[in-house]
Amino acid sequence: MRSWIKNRNILIGLIIISSLIIIAAFAPQVAPHDPTEVNSMVRLQPPSKEYPFGTDHMGRCILSRIVYGARISLLVGVAVISGSLFIGIVLGTISGYFGGLADDVIMRLVDGFLAIPSMFLALALAGTLGPGMVNLMIALIAVEWTSYARVVRGSILSVKEQDFVEATRGLGASDLYILVRHILPNIISPVIVIATLGIGYAILAAAGLSFLGFGVQPPTPEWGSMLDDGRLFMRKAPYIMVFPGLAIMITVLAFNFLGDGLRDEMDPRFRKEIPH
Amino acid sequence: MLAYISKRILLIMPALLFVSIISFSMVYLAPGDPAEILLMSPEGSPSPEAIDAFRVRMGLDQPIYVQYLRWLDNVIHGDFGYSYMSERPVADAIMKSFKATLKLSFVSMIVSIVVSIPLGIMAAVKHNTIIDDLCRFGALIGVSIPNFWQAFLLILLFSVYLDWLPVAGYGDGGDLKHMILPAITLGTSSAAVTARLMRSSLLEALSQDYIITARAKGLPEKIVIGKHALKNALIPVVTILGLNLGFLLNGAVVTEWIFGWPGIGDLVVDSIYQRDYTVIQGSILFIAVIFVILNLIVDISYTYLNPRIRYEIVD
Repeated sequence: MRSWIKNRNILIGLIIISSLIIIAAFAPQVAPHDPTEVNSMVRLQPPSKEYPFGTDHMGRCILSRIVYGARISLLVGVAVISGSLFIGIVLGTISGYFGGLADDVIMRLVDGFLAIPSMFLALALAGTLGPGMVNLMIALIAVEWTSYARVVRGSILSVKEQDFVEATRGLGASDLYILVRHILPNIISPVIVIATLGIGYAILAAAGLSFLGFGVQPPTPEWGSMLDDGRLFMRKAPYIMVFPGLAIMITVLAFNFLGDGLRDEMDPRFRKEIPH
Repeated sequence: MLAYISKRILLIMPALLFVSIISFSMVYLAPGDPAEILLMSPEGSPSPEAIDAFRVRMGLDQPIYVQYLRWLDNVIHGDFGYSYMSERPVADAIMKSFKATLKLSFVSMIVSIVVSIPLGIMAAVKHNTIIDDLCRFGALIGVSIPNFWQAFLLILLFSVYLDWLPVAGYGDGGDLKHMILPAITLGTSSAAVTARLMRSSLLEALSQDYIITARAKGLPEKIVIGKHALKNALIPVVTILGLNLGFLLNGAVVTEWIFGWPGIGDLVVDSIYQRDYTVIQGSILFIAVIFVILNLIVDISYTYLNPRIRYEIVD
């Protein structure tokens, strides 16, 4: 555990992510203005003391919108990963532990989902289901769950045949007991790593889809759709585009830092093969 | 080897069948009646007769499974139907935009390789130095930066301020001038992944016994790295191409749309905006088939190049 704190990547990731959570939780206190308040007197103002990141084409405070936007992005990221984890763990466990026909069917389903490049699948689903945050999450869960199902199945297959599991079964333990007591603890580390990286990916993809108009709808402050708003005023007011993009990048970067660091610490195979 | 290939091809079939079902059902995932929505005009709702006529014309009056089987049968024969909007063959639109995507992907791939391979090698050779740290940090930035944002930063710098390159467009049949910015946008994000892989692969190669032997017999470091380590470290280069492929196709969606590059990503985004379902169905299925085939080629060549994993594959 101590080495985790020493791992620079984990530390940087955790610091940024906790700051984001605090900002999101205390958005009303942190934000200098109401994020949706329209004020035609202060349209497209450059950064100033009153508006540290400037104002957009409707005179809304960009800093306040970014602060509130952290709520949306974190919520979408965590919700998408929770949904994907649930589906992935359930199907991956059935597939790996029980095998047989269930395994075949589930794995072909995974292959089918993986056959469509993720952004095309998410876009087509979000686009046809219609705009909105829930549809956006459904679309992203559809592309994310497969990796969890695969990892869980793979880990279970490798643990299942080991002596300690056989011994437990010999002692008369039930399937459920073996799964919860012996197999889940063994698959938890790889799952945590890909879930952390997955949150970053989900936030990035959600911003991209919202940017295209298929995700969270205005006037809700969302980083991707803020970039879309700024598109038309790029020449006159480039700062509209700079800050939301920076916010997305820093957030995704933090999850990548954390995920990378966790992988280094948790995956003994990785640690052995690749010297640091 | 042959058994492995045929097994892989057999496994593809159910996946593609499933993809065809997903693609086809896009029409029915959308809320509302497609015929009614498509015929909606500023003057108001369409008449029931017009809706019925449209349904019959587009085959929407048949039961869903009949529609699906008929569609699948046509698609297998290369007939993707007609666009709801332009009423032109969907297959033509797909082929035309796929050509544009291929062109852009090719240039992006070159950008990606030129940037990533030297960076990855440098990071591995200068392992645990500030250079290594900078390369790794750069790669993390590369995978974290939203490509639509990067696109705008590039446009802002090179088109708006410096006025060197066009903001967007296809130019004269997709000339280089119009391709530079989208290719950099797409190329750098996939370069980040490739550079990391190159680094770890070379580090792994450098830790092998034969490198110690090579060093022990007094070979200069240049030859140890260039001839002994790099040769083995480059085996996953095929996988690199495969990884790039996924990155390029996924990135194409937003990048092509921003730069007005008439590729398959742009086609899908536009057809979703216009609710042009036949085009959505056709292009999703098409892109999946291409993706699956290319991944298969990558897998097979990897197995061929790396005999160690050839016999380990169980599944």
